Amino acid sequence: MTATVMTAEHLLARVRDLLAAHPPATTPRADFLRARFDAGLAWVHFPEGLGGLDAPRALQAVVDAELEAAGAPDNDPRRIGIGLGMAAPTILAYGTDEQKRRFLRPLWLGEEVWCQLFSEPGAGSDLAALATRAVRDEEGGDWVVDGQKVWTSSAHTARWAILIARTDPTLPKHQGITYFLCDMHAPGVEVRPLRQITGEAEFNEVFLTGVRIPDTHRLGAVGQGWAVARTTLMNERVAIGGMRVPREGGMIAPVAATWRERPALRTHALHQRLLELWVEAEVARLTGERLRQQLAAGRPGPEGSGMKLTFARLNQEISALEVELLAEEGLLYEDWTLRRPEIVDFTGRDAGYRYLRAKGNSIEGGTSEILLNIVAERVLGLPTEPRDDKDTPWKDLLR
Amino acid sequence: MTASTVDLLYSETEEELRSAVRSLLADRCDPASVLARAETGDPYDPALSRTLGADIGAAGLLVPEKLGGAGAGHREAAVVLEELGRAVAPVPYLTGSVLAVEILLGCDTESPDVAALLREIAGGRRTCVPAVPLTLAPGAPLPRPVHDVGGGRLTGTLTSVADAAAADVLLVLADTGLHVVPAASATLTAAVPLDLTRPLATVTLDAAPGTRLADAATARAALAGALIGAAGLLASEQLGIAEWCLTETVTHLRARHQFNRPVGSFQALKHRLARLWLDVASARAAARAAADALATGAADAPLTVAVAQAHCSGVAVRAAEECVQLHGGIGMTWEHPAHLYLKRAKADSLALGTAGHHRGLVADFAELPAP
Repeated sequence: MTATVMTAEHLLARVRDLLAAHPPATTPRADFLRARFDAGLAWVHFPEGLGGLDAPRALQAVVDAELEAAGAPDNDPRRIGIGLGMAAPTILAYGTDEQKRRFLRPLWLGEEVWCQLFSEPGAGSDLAALATRAVRDEEGGDWVVDGQKVWTSSAHTARWAILIARTDPTLPKHQGITYFLCDMHAPGVEVRPLRQITGEAEFNEVFLTGVRIPDTHRLGAVGQGWAVARTTLMNERVAIGGMRVPREGGMIAPVAATWRERPALRTHALHQRLLELWVEAEVARLTGERLRQQLAAGRPGPEGSGMKLTFARLNQEISALEVELLAEEGLLYEDWTLRRPEIVDFTGRDAGYRYLRAKGNSIEGGTSEILLNIVAERVLGLPTEPRDDKDTPWKDLLR
Repeated sequence: MTASTVDLLYSETEEELRSAVRSLLADRCDPASVLARAETGDPYDPALSRTLGADIGAAGLLVPEKLGGAGAGHREAAVVLEELGRAVAPVPYLTGSVLAVEILLGCDTESPDVAALLREIAGGRRTCVPAVPLTLAPGAPLPRPVHDVGGGRLTGTLTSVADAAAADVLLVLADTGLHVVPAASATLTAAVPLDLTRPLATVTLDAAPGTRLADAATARAALAGALIGAAGLLASEQLGIAEWCLTETVTHLRARHQFNRPVGSFQALKHRLARLWLDVASARAAARAAADALATGAADAPLTVAVAQAHCSGVAVRAAEECVQLHGGIGMTWEHPAHLYLKRAKADSLALGTAGHHRGLVADFAELPAP
């Protein structure tokens, strides 16, 4: 195709064509979503034929707003988040043409849910230390995978997983890793709910025993899995930090509402803390807004690395304050029944749940300690700490 | 609760203004000469003030064009203050080009006396400083007025007046209204200030001759509004201070070796600096929001200013304290400029209302009442 520059007007014209041919009011949801994908309006920055039009990524917002205004169904991005936010960009960057054609469409439509088999009990922040093995079967050419993964959201509903496994333990830890697309229905894949501090099982443990993965489901070259995984991880952090909040949105909303509605709970000490956190939440909102304005102006700043750190700390402090504000009610908890939520609800649940769940905010998607290192090294240019694990064969590392 | 649309970025014009101010300050206001002047007890450099005010045109940024000003606004003045903070520059800009101008703009600018004074200020020909304590805060009770003892002759005492020593004329809030008084008619008693770069004086008026610019009610309203504008822009000075402290500390920790490693490679220190960087990035958003809200006259400007002050004064102090600590012994020396920034940051945290005072204002605006 010729390199035409897609403008907002081009895209809006396409949206109108789509809406005319498939009126949302009368078109079944799945049909509309398929037509939207095929019109290149699923993720406009993707290539033509793969749900996109090679348009600037920022224009997706224009398309989404127009479709939403017309009452078009969306693909429920919160429920297919891992596939959408992490698997798709990685498949796009590293997949073969056949892999892109096979996986991207059902992924976007939500017909196939994805999960992420990265973390292990022995490899959390030090993800590259992972021990799950993938060994090439000399006869069939398949890979045979053995190991255990953890913190896997959606594993119990997922059809596919992105998986990293060690393929050469004699190499230093970052070099001997390969990236695979793993069939969650394959024999040897066992998913067990992992009950958490909240009483819920949002996540799973996944046990992999002699799981066979054909070589056609390898993503990127053998031994290049770490580079591929970095693409996935960068997209994960963008997804976690990039949420837009209105003034007094997010976690500060319920505690401010409780303060206004229940004067009997007010104390001077709590008032001071509430005001400090209200100001911090407003400043965090403005910082996020400034980041978005920079991105929109084509001048991305490094602030994105910091937003997740800020929101994690604020969520924890605000929810802690709220439990205390509630006094006797703060001693109670909504429900300890084991449940399997598909999405995390930070505002619709009770304060005790929010307090406990927010503890995960500084751990999931990169611990705050690791993110502080990233800010210090990549934004401020401070030197790395001396480390001896980078050149040592993985098999010789302390575990 | 909705927020108006804010522009939190810097325009090209603002960046050009910044680089003009920055290069002037690099030439004429390096830390060594700031310190040398401060040691004499007279830190001001009138030539620097003239160049900044008249040649670069910073003095009249808040003054409308028809009154001889640049017809710019708070966003541009905020950029100037960022640079002045970054250089901990001893120039009477916050007092003379921001607070005084805001007060005068709150009066009747059709009045010949008010208009003439604004023209003189905008042209950089006259330094006019409000005779109010630097700690006077938006929303706080105004100071006990000076008495008009008859015929526009004023008697009274005002403490902690910043930059009075640099003033040609003083703006005085008396019981009969706002008066302009020649600085030569007042007795100035210099105080020993914590912040060596923003001197304080006690101003004593003993039947000093003043020209009345506005009646009492107008004057009080003008001052109340001006304090909001000045507090909002002070956040940008605080941002500049914090930025200098962070940048200097990062540079130092990359160069300084201890235990056979750059000090900046120790995780404990990296995390402190990363947190400080987060603070500075958020202070920039808060300060820009305040400047933009003031520039556009947004309905939520008083809240946005209170948020910026509640946040940025703490960030500047923290940055300066970290700068001293992480420079080790060097940070405690008189020769290293870190102390100038610490003193300015700490004094700024009291100026125009403490963070606690501004949180109290947030409580009112956001309807989060005290018990």
